[in-house]
Amino acid sequence: MLTFEQVVLEQGDFRLTADFSVTRGSRTAVMGPSGAGKSTLLAAIGGFFAPAQGRILWQGTDLEALSPGKRPVAMIFQDNNLFPHLTAFENAALGLRPSGRLNTKETARVQDALAQVGLAGFATRKPATLSGGQQSRAALARMLVQDRPLVLLDEPFAALGPALRAEMIALVKSLLVSTRATLLMVTHDPADARALGGDLVVVADGVAHPPSLAGALLDAPPAALREYLG
Amino acid sequence: MADRAGPVTGRARVRAGVLPVVGAVGRVAVTRTGIAGVAATLAVLALTLGTVAAVLIRAEGGFRIGPQDWAAIRFTLWQAALSALLSVALAVPVARGLARRRFPGRAVLVTLMGAPFILPVIVAVLGLLAVFGRSGWVSQALGLIGFDPIGIYGLHGVILAHVFFNLPLATRLILQGWLAIPAERFRLAATLDATPRDIARLLERPMLRAVLPGTFMVIFLICTTSFAVALTLGGGPRATTVELAIYHAFRLDFDLSRAAVLALIQLAMSGAAALIALRIAVPVVTGAGLDRSVRRWDADRLALRVIDALWITLAATFLLTPLAAIAARGLPALADLPVQVWAAAWRSLWVAGLSVAVTLVLALAMTLAIVRHPRMGRWMEPVGYLAIAASPLVIGTGLFLILFPLTDPVALALPVTALVNAVMALPFALRALVPAAAEVESRFGRLADSLGMTGTARLTRLTLPRLRRPLGFSAALAGALSMGDLGVVTLFADPGQATLPLLLYRLMAAYRMDQAAGVALLLLGLSLAVFWIFDRGGRVDADV
Repeated sequence: MLTFEQVVLEQGDFRLTADFSVTRGSRTAVMGPSGAGKSTLLAAIGGFFAPAQGRILWQGTDLEALSPGKRPVAMIFQDNNLFPHLTAFENAALGLRPSGRLNTKETARVQDALAQVGLAGFATRKPATLSGGQQSRAALARMLVQDRPLVLLDEPFAALGPALRAEMIALVKSLLVSTRATLLMVTHDPADARALGGDLVVVADGVAHPPSLAGALLDAPPAALREYLG
Repeated sequence: MADRAGPVTGRARVRAGVLPVVGAVGRVAVTRTGIAGVAATLAVLALTLGTVAAVLIRAEGGFRIGPQDWAAIRFTLWQAALSALLSVALAVPVARGLARRRFPGRAVLVTLMGAPFILPVIVAVLGLLAVFGRSGWVSQALGLIGFDPIGIYGLHGVILAHVFFNLPLATRLILQGWLAIPAERFRLAATLDATPRDIARLLERPMLRAVLPGTFMVIFLICTTSFAVALTLGGGPRATTVELAIYHAFRLDFDLSRAAVLALIQLAMSGAAALIALRIAVPVVTGAGLDRSVRRWDADRLALRVIDALWITLAATFLLTPLAAIAARGLPALADLPVQVWAAAWRSLWVAGLSVAVTLVLALAMTLAIVRHPRMGRWMEPVGYLAIAASPLVIGTGLFLILFPLTDPVALALPVTALVNAVMALPFALRALVPAAAEVESRFGRLADSLGMTGTARLTRLTLPRLRRPLGFSAALAGALSMGDLGVVTLFADPGQATLPLLLYRLMAAYRMDQAAGVALLLLGLSLAVFWIFDRGGRVDADV
């Protein structure tokens, strides 16, 4: 379980509070107007932004003392997810060892992850020669290899078209079935939230609201969400 | 619980305006990076200021400035001011022409304007002599119509050489200013039917007011520390710079207290110039985007076209003729170069190689520390730039005094030369590396943190591969500068240890001009090759 215990995130005029839990193994979409603090919320879990107050706990353990690399978290950002000078294989392998030196078993695991995301023949390609969808797949392969219980996606597919995005979300869902990881995904498209088929956290007016079923919430949106959906 | 805001590490500030960062780097890596950076910075401090202290201690005569010293100070400031003024004044019309005209060869010309930076001074001087000297092309042409030949030695020779080197620099800086004016403004001016005069008042003069003072100061600073030009074209009581006076005091009179006093004067002068330059925001040549020109609807008239063509042709001729003269004279001489040339070339190459290595180690250690620990960086970066104001001759003199009781400094002449050259190249390397490293951190820092990439893994898998281009460029610059350097090596080296520039100087002093031209051509080729190889090495296969 991921718990926000009276968390307050502050930066200048910006202030966001969060006080709720996310069930282990669930899939949660995070939606809200731009600037509301969706990315900041994820950054706080990832260890890039220290809460002014409150605690963020994973399975009852306070995450504060852990550096970003030591948290039980795999993260995919909006862009710059791949190192341009490394191949798809090397980028994915970073999830296992930052040094990139793998033994036979680990090599096999990375290759397996690439196969799972449909990049079996692309191991030696560099990001510049991959399409947008393939780049996302490579980042997902790394996420798989990282094998962390908490997966944070910060609008990673924002640059892709609707069909490709639906395909990626389906892929993410199928990958999570095998890893049983907990997912938080920032998106600005209600269709993504529905496709994810889990909960929805609305971030608006300085509050990250507790999660509830995405489908039901989108069918009968409360005021804050209605305003955003327009 | 407000104190839980967390230990925000230094790198947060690099991403200023994004989000503060917590515990982003492993502790071990922080310490190692910091220690390496501090060590490099202290080494640079020891070389720049420590050597001055060494000179000071040995100066027993007290601080007395004689009439000769005053003359040297006056000459240094006067020639620097004149050189800077002329360079800037001539560069304005050339840059204006380049900014608003498109013609075949424009890109090549703009690129060539960057070349004097890596052109060995002594080669350029030889080229200028071939054109403007007593038996040069200009004098010969004047002789045909019954005039006396012109002389190049003295104040006007020094200024001629300085303008030759700095006109291109000034042109590039000013051209950059021109091209930085948004094209929309020129378009707006065009819809308002503005005349060239209106545009000058509305757009160009404000830009020039912002760009010219900085450009002037940079060139002034460069000219106050100029040594090789004064050594070859100046001299005598009326055309001696302070740097040259240090050389005379040290090498000819071995008068250490006078050398020390002069060293202090030099430091004070260039230090003051550097401080002023820093205050008035010195422009930096980025080289980016100079290949375009602005579409100017107002400048389509014939008279303006002729004026622009005239200025561009004049500048190109002035810059290219001396090089052509060396090529014309040197090519035939390449066949029978004196044997000692090859040994000298080999010495120059390894001095350059050593200098490149030292520059890269110092610059990289400082860059990483500056980027990861901005609080340290605030005093590290200025120390790195100190070398711009430092005088190679002062550093050389200091090192001689430090080494003298321990060992034979003459035996170490070449390593010392490499070391001093490395310090001289350091500011340029930092200029290239620090912004690039900061960008790598802001783009990939979080990703690397979240993957737990620290220490060696981060350095070899992220930082170094991403910095390949600026590293290659820094190495190229350091190598070429060192190849062509005729500075500290003149203080120490005995004839058996001459580098290629020193050998060239000696051939010139012996009036063996054909051989000198051959050596100059070889030196020019090697300098360009060294630059090209390193710069190329940073670009090939670099994934952007």
